[in-house]
Amino acid sequence: MSFKNENDQKAYWKENLSILFKLLAVWFVVSFGAGILFVEQLNNIQFFGFKLGFWFAQQGAIYVFVALIFIYMKLMNSLDRKYGVEEE
Amino acid sequence: MSVQLLTFLIVGASFLLYIAIAIWARAGSTTDFYVAGGGVPPVLNGMATAADWMSAASFISMAGLISFMGYDGAVYLMGWTGGYVLLALCLAPYLRKFGKFTVPDFIGDRYYSQTARTVAVICAIIVCFTYVIGQMRGVGVVFSRFLEVDITTGVIIGMGIVFFYTVLGGMKGITYTQVAQFCVLIFAYLVPAVFISMMVTGHILPMTGFGATIADGSGVFLLDKLDGLSTSLGFNEYTSGSKSMIDVFAITFALMVGTAGLPHVIVRFFTVPKVADARKSAGWALAFIALLYTTAPALAAFARVNMIETINGVDDKGTLLTETPGWIQTWKETGLISHEDKNGDGRMYYSGDDRNEMKIDRDIMVLANPEIAGLPAWVIALVAAGGVAAALSTSAGLLLVISTSVSHDLLKKTFAPNISDKKELLSARIAAAVAICIAGYFGVHPPGYVAAVVAFAFGLAASSFFPVIIMGIFSKRMNNLGAVSGMISGIVFTMAYIIYFKFVNPELNTSENWLFGISPEGIGSIGMLINFLVAFVVFKMTKEAPKEIQDLVESIRFPKGAGEASAH
Repeated sequence: MSFKNENDQKAYWKENLSILFKLLAVWFVVSFGAGILFVEQLNNIQFFGFKLGFWFAQQGAIYVFVALIFIYMKLMNSLDRKYGVEEE
Repeated sequence: MSVQLLTFLIVGASFLLYIAIAIWARAGSTTDFYVAGGGVPPVLNGMATAADWMSAASFISMAGLISFMGYDGAVYLMGWTGGYVLLALCLAPYLRKFGKFTVPDFIGDRYYSQTARTVAVICAIIVCFTYVIGQMRGVGVVFSRFLEVDITTGVIIGMGIVFFYTVLGGMKGITYTQVAQFCVLIFAYLVPAVFISMMVTGHILPMTGFGATIADGSGVFLLDKLDGLSTSLGFNEYTSGSKSMIDVFAITFALMVGTAGLPHVIVRFFTVPKVADARKSAGWALAFIALLYTTAPALAAFARVNMIETINGVDDKGTLLTETPGWIQTWKETGLISHEDKNGDGRMYYSGDDRNEMKIDRDIMVLANPEIAGLPAWVIALVAAGGVAAALSTSAGLLLVISTSVSHDLLKKTFAPNISDKKELLSARIAAAVAICIAGYFGVHPPGYVAAVVAFAFGLAASSFFPVIIMGIFSKRMNNLGAVSGMISGIVFTMAYIIYFKFVNPELNTSENWLFGISPEGIGSIGMLINFLVAFVVFKMTKEAPKEIQDLVESIRFPKGAGEASAH
């Protein structure tokens, strides 16, 4: 057992899941939400030379995906340190 | 210097580079061969993963497909990148902590079942073979067009190179060659894109040029012009597309989940030293992939405008046959473009209605793009080298998974558990050699349904691996019976649906006949749901996983104590 006690282990996993769900919610909203389900509504908005929905589907979602993984990495690394379960 | 000579030089130089790297990074042990000794730095691993992932299809075909599909092309753009978010957040760190060589290893151990392992091995082999056949074909096409050798010779040269560094270097050789291949392919993709973007819009970055005004002083946005051209020629509006919303949703989802379940992608995260590195490496991989994936739709739009204007003329009357541009002439000779002067006016015309006189293969857009835009010869040669790099790097990764499945999962873990490390390494090399020959055979004699089998690969990965791995990590109590029945029902459903519409009754393959209006390309998402559902129901009716398995799951949920990947 690497955790100090079982409560710590539960708390760590709970925080992990909460980070996961928040980030996946963003993942879903930018791709399936903005790029597919609400694409027609968003297409009424002009974003530079793009229709906004089209931009999310072919550009924006991808940028957000990259950012999400790096944010996840940062959040998880500090969570590991908080509970003392990072690698040496 | 002629284009052909330059192509020989540039492609030849890239081959020498790959071979030199292979000799430098020889594999000495099974750990080297399977997971590169577990010592690859995360940024380099990210590059290697990106090269592994971006296949001949991404490099050669994707921009062309988008160019003809418009908005609908987003299914590939989001589907093939969004999967990395799932991979990075839900799979990679945990599987790295688990610390084995292969995906069937995880499934077999986590579900304490030889049956689960065997089902997983079979899926892995099928998925990888369907994929690799298309790659060999891609190598053949590039060779035959640019080096003017026939496709068979092209495939054999490609096979020889891959054979050399896969068999010699295993994962270690592959990883470092892929780093070089990534650099070649991304440079080859970006250079013409930047040139074309500057010519069309005056922007250096294709990603912003895509949304800029055309540089002819008219002040019209590129995409508005494209929408106008498309509708006046009888196509759908470029920014709207023609697939139904539910189908776009299902295909995107199936591709994302399939990406996260592909064994040759997952295995990349076993090669880094630490769990934290697995997270970081996934981020870098997607960043490198995004470079190409955000450029592709821009390239698609530029190519579309350029192509329509060169064929129909700026005045929309059609270009005189006597003034046929050189690129149309060269591609006509390969049979990928054809023209029939229906109205006998001696001019070419391209449209989406009955005025159309052209047949244009979608696969040529990226390769022909530099010629269409009239770029210098060395750019054309560079694109050829990039296409070959993309195809070779992906084939090598896939072949490695096939050889690992045979030597490690089947031989070592099933039939001959006492085999020595040296013998296992030898059998891995033999398996890789045999797999290359089979793939090469299919590259020369492609089955008529290469495009259809791609749907297979993603559908299978989505409906089999993804749910079982997710449940294996996020549910401690999920048991062997649930996992096996889930995998089997997911796969059987997905395979049956694809086989029915693609092979048994292709004439019924229209949206009225589809289940919920979901095409065979997107059905993996339903297969995935079935897998989850069946697994859950069976699990509820049977005994939960034993204590030691639940402890194992607990232990992969945090990073501390991850050793290097090993066989035991």
